[in-house]
Amino acid sequence: MGGFSYHRRSKQIIATFTGFEADLLRSLASQLVELLRNEAAAPRESEDPLEAMFDFSGPTTEPEDPVLARLFPTAYREDAEAAAEFRRFTEGGLRDGKAASAATIIDTLEEAGLPPELTEDGLMIDVELDHDEAESWLRSFTDIRLALATRLGVEEGDEDYWDSLPEEEQSAQVYGIYQWVGILQETLVDALWGGQ
Amino acid sequence: MSAPSPVELDEPEIADVVVPATPWVTIVWNDPVNLMSYVTYVFQKYFGYSKKKSEKLMMEVHNDGKSAVSAGSREEMERDVQAMHEYGLWATLEKQE
Repeated sequence: MGGFSYHRRSKQIIATFTGFEADLLRSLASQLVELLRNEAAAPRESEDPLEAMFDFSGPTTEPEDPVLARLFPTAYREDAEAAAEFRRFTEGGLRDGKAASAATIIDTLEEAGLPPELTEDGLMIDVELDHDEAESWLRSFTDIRLALATRLGVEEGDEDYWDSLPEEEQSAQVYGIYQWVGILQETLVDALWGGQ
Repeated sequence: MSAPSPVELDEPEIADVVVPATPWVTIVWNDPVNLMSYVTYVFQKYFGYSKKKSEKLMMEVHNDGKSAVSAGSREEMERDVQAMHEYGLWATLEKQE
C-alpha cells in the first residue's frame, strides 16, 4: 500500500487501491454520509406547530451524537447565546459540505471501476484526483478519522493500549482501520504539498 | 488648486475611519486525532501563512494545547472558525485579552 503520490506530468494526485481497500473506503464514506443525514439538523423548538414547519433555520443546540458534536464544535465557549446563533447559521452548510466531500470519495471510486458489490478477486482501482477532489478526500479522511476515534475513545498517547489488544478484538480491528486511514491521509498531505 | 481630471474625489475624513473594536481571535485546540502535517497544511492553505509559521502554530497547538491562529473582527473570526470546522479542526473564537 503506497498511498497517494503527485504525478508531475499530469498534475494529478494518484493512488492504487485493492478492491478490498476501495470497498472499505466507500463503506466508511457511506457511513459518514448516513450519519450526517440521519440526525437531521433539528430546528429550534417552537410552540406553534405551523411556525415550526416553516422554520428552515439551523439547529441551536449541540448534537447529541458525540461524533457530530466533535464535527460541529461549539464556537463560543463562554457565550451560549452567541454559540447557538453561530450554530444556527453554520451547521447546515457544514453538514452539506462534509456529506458532499464523502460523496466525492464514493463517486471517484465507482467511476474508477469499483462495482456496487465486490465479488471479483484481484481487482485493482486506480484513482486520479485533481487538486479540488484531493482536498475533498483530505477533509473527508479527517471526518472519518474523527468519527472512528470518537467511537473508539482514542486519547492522546494511548497507542500502547491499542497495540496491546488481541487482534481478534473488534475495537482493535477498527483501530487498525483508523490508523490505515491516517497513513493514507499522511501520504495525501505530502502529495498535495508536492503539487504546490 | 487645479486637477487634470474633472472628476471630483471626496477626501476621506478622519472621522469616517472606523476604529476597530476589541479584536477577536480564533483559537485552535489540540485533539488526539488530527495529524501534525495536516494541521500545518490547513494553516498554510487557508490562512496563506508560510510553512514555517504554520508549523510554529501547529507546534503551539500540540505542545500548549491551543494556539491563537488569527485575529481580527468578530465577523472575520466567525468565518475563520467556520473554515476550521470545515477542515475538522476544533476551533473557537473569543475576545482577545
